[in-house]
Amino acid sequence: MTTTTVPVPQAASAAQERPAGFAGLMLSEWTKIRSVRSTVWSLAVLVVLTLVFTGLFMKMGIANWDETNAAQRAEMRTDPTGTILGSGILLSQLAVCVLGVMAIASEYSTGMIRASLLAVPRRVPVLAAKSAVFGLLVLVVGEVTAFGSFFVGAPILDGKAPVALGDAGVVRAVVGCGLYLALLGLFALAVGAIVRHTAAAITTVVGFVLVITPMAGMLPGSVGEHIHAWLPTEAGFMITQQHARAGDLLGPWEGLGVLALWTAALMAVAAVQLRRRDA
Amino acid sequence: MIEAKNLTKRYGDKTAVNDLSFTVEPGRVTGFLGPNGAGKSTTMRLLLGLDRPDAGEATVNGVPYRELARPLRVVGALLEARAVHTGRSAYDHLLCLAQTQGIGRRRVGEVVEQVGLGSVARKRAGGFSLGMGQRLGIAAALLGDPAALVLDEPVNGLDPEGILWIRNLMKSLAAEGRAVLVSSHLMNEMAVTADHLVVIGRGRLVADCSTEEFIERSTEQSVLVRTPDGTRLAELLKGKGATVTTTGDGDLDVTGLEASRIAELAAAEGLVLHEISTRRGSLEDAFMELTKDAVEYDAGVPTAGGVK
Repeated sequence: MTTTTVPVPQAASAAQERPAGFAGLMLSEWTKIRSVRSTVWSLAVLVVLTLVFTGLFMKMGIANWDETNAAQRAEMRTDPTGTILGSGILLSQLAVCVLGVMAIASEYSTGMIRASLLAVPRRVPVLAAKSAVFGLLVLVVGEVTAFGSFFVGAPILDGKAPVALGDAGVVRAVVGCGLYLALLGLFALAVGAIVRHTAAAITTVVGFVLVITPMAGMLPGSVGEHIHAWLPTEAGFMITQQHARAGDLLGPWEGLGVLALWTAALMAVAAVQLRRRDA
Repeated sequence: MIEAKNLTKRYGDKTAVNDLSFTVEPGRVTGFLGPNGAGKSTTMRLLLGLDRPDAGEATVNGVPYRELARPLRVVGALLEARAVHTGRSAYDHLLCLAQTQGIGRRRVGEVVEQVGLGSVARKRAGGFSLGMGQRLGIAAALLGDPAALVLDEPVNGLDPEGILWIRNLMKSLAAEGRAVLVSSHLMNEMAVTADHLVVIGRGRLVADCSTEEFIERSTEQSVLVRTPDGTRLAELLKGKGATVTTTGDGDLDVTGLEASRIAELAAAEGLVLHEISTRRGSLEDAFMELTKDAVEYDAGVPTAGGVK
């Protein structure tokens, strides 16, 4: 090994010792999100469509009130908040899943991940910063959507199933709904990080939410019931209920906690894989 | 300075890089040469911490790439495959990379201008031509004003003007004291750009020397002799230890003897020479000769009858 004495431009010998700050990484991830137009549009459309559909569903519910069976009517009366949040938000769920997957899988499909990892070769901070920024963004959008849905839905239901923000459990359900969407987004992001292929990851997540979860509801016996209740979206969505319903196996915060555990476990797998696998 | 020490990388049962060691010194352009599939890109990915070696180690200024705190300020890299989100503008692409290293917007503007993308910096990178994409990749490599550069096939897709630009850029970066490693499968391109060559074939080191030395060592000299007494002269020269082949035109292609010695021997025997000239093989021939045992995808080189 020979040492040459050519003056080498060492712009950063001082900055070398300190790792790049996490704030810088979060700023970078924010730039990534806001600079892809399709993401910004998707989020805007998500909010608008969710509110429109919530309004439509509630109006339909009221219009058909007289034909609705007694059990359903009773449910709407005891849990108007859950009824409101259980309509248009279902659409937000899907959009959040797709965006969560895209947030990381698009880096793999375009090759951007190599540039990202060259900049942050320790790798896991990239996933952490991306999750933090995406999670916060979805939380904000989710809360806007949840409160928006409530304020769209509540006046429509007013005649048949009156509800106000001050009623017991309402604020928790609405705020929790935003939290649920943020966690679901992170759940999808973790799956995207593990699967790496956009289409495959979206299929996995959406399949899980739309197909596997309802199918698990048909599993027989108490074991089947427990499995169903502990599935991520089934458990997490408990938070949107104003009151517990008969036969619920998990409370609202317990349910959200189960979703958080699922998400944390998948994130851990994603982090280990990110470190180990070749990019 | 970049160092590869006994790097080995296997994919399944295929060994892409095999016990490879070399050093990229500052202040010069080191050409990294090898036929397609020789393991150049894999080696570069190992240097940059994108892949993990199965054995050996790669360091930059003595530190593995993965341990660099602000790597873009130490090593700038251009990878062969594009590493840009197609939906993002060139400016935003560079900005999000800069923000991870604490590099300001002014520097982003500077490199955009330096690579000549000023007018399209706000356009989506997905619409860029191959050449513009390469320029964007080079802008990303220069972002942190790094002391070392690793460029994988930078002239790919560039027009002649672009090739000249990148050639001069690499030379000036080396002249500023930076270590520049640039891969190529084109020998002639490297001959005019690189000061030093690291040649690999099938993942193994084939040559590691200065470009001059490589040319000197590997382009064999031969002497073309045109004579009506071909048979007799051939016998005579073979007797003196030369290797003689007769070309299609009946001329002799002699290696192992200087032209002056051949002329003297012919004169002593009273043989008539119509023409005698020394020829050097081309660099491309030398490169092919050197790596021919190490070519991954050998289609068989079509022989151009008699032309060398």
